Amino acid sequence: MKPCTSHDGRRGFLKKTASIAALYFTPTSLVKAFAVDRVIPLPIAKAKLAITINGKLMNLEIDARTTILNLLREDLTYTGTKKGCEMGQCGACMIHVNGKRVKSCIQLALNNQNNKITTIEGLSEGEKLHPMQAAFLKNDAFQCGYCTSGQIMSAVACVREGNAKTRKSIQTYMDTNICRCGAYQNIVDAIEEVAKSGVKI
Amino acid sequence: MKSINNTILLEDERVDGAEKVNGKAKYTAEHKLPNMAYAVFVTSTIAKGSIKNLDITKAIAMPGILDIIYYANCPAVPGYNPIAAERPKNVSEWRGFKVLYDNKVRFFGQPIALIVADSFENANAAIRFVKAEYEVEKFETNFDKARLEPANLKAPINYKRGTEKKFKEQAFFVEGEYNIPIEVHNAMELFATIAYWEGEDKLTLYDKTQGPKSTQSTMARTFGLVDKNVRVIAENVGGGFGSGLRSWPHVPAACIAAKKINRPVKLVLTRPQMFSLVGYRPQSWQKLGIGADAAGNFIGISHEAISNTSRYEDFREGIVEASKFLYACENVDTKYSLLPLDLSTPIWMRGPGEATGCFALESAIDELSYKLKMDPIQLRIKNFTAVNPENKLPFSDINIKDCYAYGMEKIGWKNRPTIPGSLKENGMLIGYGMSVGVFGAGKGTASVRIVLSNDGKLLLECAVSDMGPGTMTSMSIIAADAMQMPIQKIKFKLGDSDLPPGPSQGGSGTTSTVGSAVDLACRTLQQKLKEMAIQLAPAFAGITADAMEVKNEMVISKTDANTKIDISALLKLANQEKIDLTIASNGKTAAQLKFTSNSFSSHYVKLAVNPKDGSIKILEVVTTGDAGKIISPKTARSQMIGGVVGGIGMALTEKLEFDHASGQITNASFGAYHVPLHSQTPKTDVWFVNKPDVNMNEIGAKGIGEIALIGFAAAVTNAVYNATGKRVRDLPITPEKLGYKTVKA
Repeated sequence: MKPCTSHDGRRGFLKKTASIAALYFTPTSLVKAFAVDRVIPLPIAKAKLAITINGKLMNLEIDARTTILNLLREDLTYTGTKKGCEMGQCGACMIHVNGKRVKSCIQLALNNQNNKITTIEGLSEGEKLHPMQAAFLKNDAFQCGYCTSGQIMSAVACVREGNAKTRKSIQTYMDTNICRCGAYQNIVDAIEEVAKSGVKI
Repeated sequence: MKSINNTILLEDERVDGAEKVNGKAKYTAEHKLPNMAYAVFVTSTIAKGSIKNLDITKAIAMPGILDIIYYANCPAVPGYNPIAAERPKNVSEWRGFKVLYDNKVRFFGQPIALIVADSFENANAAIRFVKAEYEVEKFETNFDKARLEPANLKAPINYKRGTEKKFKEQAFFVEGEYNIPIEVHNAMELFATIAYWEGEDKLTLYDKTQGPKSTQSTMARTFGLVDKNVRVIAENVGGGFGSGLRSWPHVPAACIAAKKINRPVKLVLTRPQMFSLVGYRPQSWQKLGIGADAAGNFIGISHEAISNTSRYEDFREGIVEASKFLYACENVDTKYSLLPLDLSTPIWMRGPGEATGCFALESAIDELSYKLKMDPIQLRIKNFTAVNPENKLPFSDINIKDCYAYGMEKIGWKNRPTIPGSLKENGMLIGYGMSVGVFGAGKGTASVRIVLSNDGKLLLECAVSDMGPGTMTSMSIIAADAMQMPIQKIKFKLGDSDLPPGPSQGGSGTTSTVGSAVDLACRTLQQKLKEMAIQLAPAFAGITADAMEVKNEMVISKTDANTKIDISALLKLANQEKIDLTIASNGKTAAQLKFTSNSFSSHYVKLAVNPKDGSIKILEVVTTGDAGKIISPKTARSQMIGGVVGGIGMALTEKLEFDHASGQITNASFGAYHVPLHSQTPKTDVWFVNKPDVNMNEIGAKGIGEIALIGFAAAVTNAVYNATGKRVRDLPITPEKLGYKTVKA
């Protein structure tokens, strides 16, 4: 097959695309009128979800296929929770569900009926940082900052669950969370500091 | 803050740190535009061939699908036209693989279609309903096999000084072959682009890039737009390590889709796509020989290298460079060839080619030290040179011997066994190893806007990006230091191509280049303030600018501290709300060009090898940097530690795996491609010489991003040899390579 080439330069690109674009302003029913073998019988179920996020009860109607991560990031603008792999392998998406840490990328939102979710945004009180957030900042426990939300959510759980007794136990617990910038040493320093301070988190 | 020149800085935390720990910092994919559509790639399952038929009929009929773009319906992109004469003047041909352009498949995982839908879920659901029928062609993904056939190699680049292969004539010499597999950057943030055509010829992009200006110009050239009509925003970049140094095919794909459906389009790569679509460290083979006289003087070094590239682009890096100049040696020859394979194009990955080359060089020196029965650090000191033997210019500064002294002391070098395999602790074989890293220190051009407001706030702007090293912080420190004012009153804005032009963040050049521009902008502002004081403030009548200084937000006479005026008062006197200047800083001056500039590092490793299964545990690391003045001690330390962690991955775990029968990548996930984790990282001590390199630039600072990793893998293999007597020249070191049959997961 020949490559799709039109050698009429930029204007051609712009004109051509404008007319095609117009098609997509038309109602979806027209778009569907494309010749097809058969319509894929894929039901897109909408479902109702009652969920409390950072203390706020929400009654939502959502796409049944949505993960809790995509619900937070795409639909509700809680973008502090990060998408790193969508396979539960990197920990960037860690949130707390009813007080326990959970990888939000491999959890359907619908599995969280009536659950209480805490995200990174829910840790701080207004401008006041949570002690773990403050310890991360003080110990420079991040570089690019992308894995940081997940690290902090795991770190809080680590201390709460009593796994912050030694550096080794912290490291083992935190192996769920990858940091490609390599801030591990400072992350463990931050967790140790919070654990030793005895402050209730 | 551990301040420089007694600057009044109260905190040493990252200036943008709070919003990174509270989740407010917005990365590319987190921007939301009205009516935004979601795009996902469908990728090839073959390594090479053509698509006979792409059936999108089922997929396009699915709910919420807005379009499926592929070669048969993709609008013509001006920069895709290979015929120069037919392209408008301001259009350049897109470099590399033209996404959605033709029916050819060039590598496994290549995008063959782009699904655009009203939601991520709808786009994702349609992927498996796009059916491709392929005509498979013969392909080659096997580097180890293909490199043996000379006809497969591109013509080498050769270098020679003195006599070729002189090392072989020496009383003491070693020669070895070194292999490094493909390693993948895998920054935590997935590559993403949000493209939005604000008008017919006005494009706005939120893009994960290390160079907003470079992306702006690439996309302008591709779509035939003037630069100023393309805006690229990359405020927060979630890691890059080199992979963000060019625009990959997903960037034009998002632009094409946004244009075609006339809506903003967000395209986020998946983690598996991060393994095939955004570059990698090329696989390499090296052969390095080094020979010395009985006293340990290097007489000859011979360094051959082959690294892979794609079929459609040449990617070359500095693999053989350090061998030419890091040590005194009269006879040096190098040869570097490329091997095209049916893979996507590689790109610089942290430490780039120098990390590859220094692995071989620093391993060979260690090996030679045992032959000579000399301490490897003493051997390096013996061959120290303060003049670069390749270009004969003196190094602007070199303090690597100070690094050796610190590292030896701190790691406990005196405990290193001289006979390999002879030291045991708690049943484990213990080894010590060290290595050196080197990288060029450049200074390029950059412009900085500086705005001083009458409320005392200072704003600086430059279109550079910050992928994690803390550029915003170090630039603020440079400004605070130059202006002698509190850092809290300073704001450094970056990550937007609309700001004054700055370099891409890469090659360890940001601090030197942008830092010099910030420093110059501050000094220009100070001069302006002094002139204003002379003109407007009666107290300064008759005083020359040279006899004045600007500090503590005042203009002050150097001779009489009572002759002073607040900057804000001065602005009021001038009836000005602000002073707003844009300053361009040039590359190196003639005086600076009389030197050659590099950053240096040395790394020290103490590790344990389990004699039962060959598993390796790194116990302790000391890493040292000789990179001029350290602007931001806290973030610089973090950057060095990060280099060590990257180096541990290179040494012990990272390898992209293929099924060469199908040309498919088989470990494209964090579950199968192992990057270092918390429990694999040892206690790391960081030390800097921290002495301004006054011959290099005005601020005396050089980069550290690359040297943090360069050489590190050799410190590990050298320590493994010291522990076991087994020399591993193929990375990563696995128990099998130490002669153990069972592999510990």
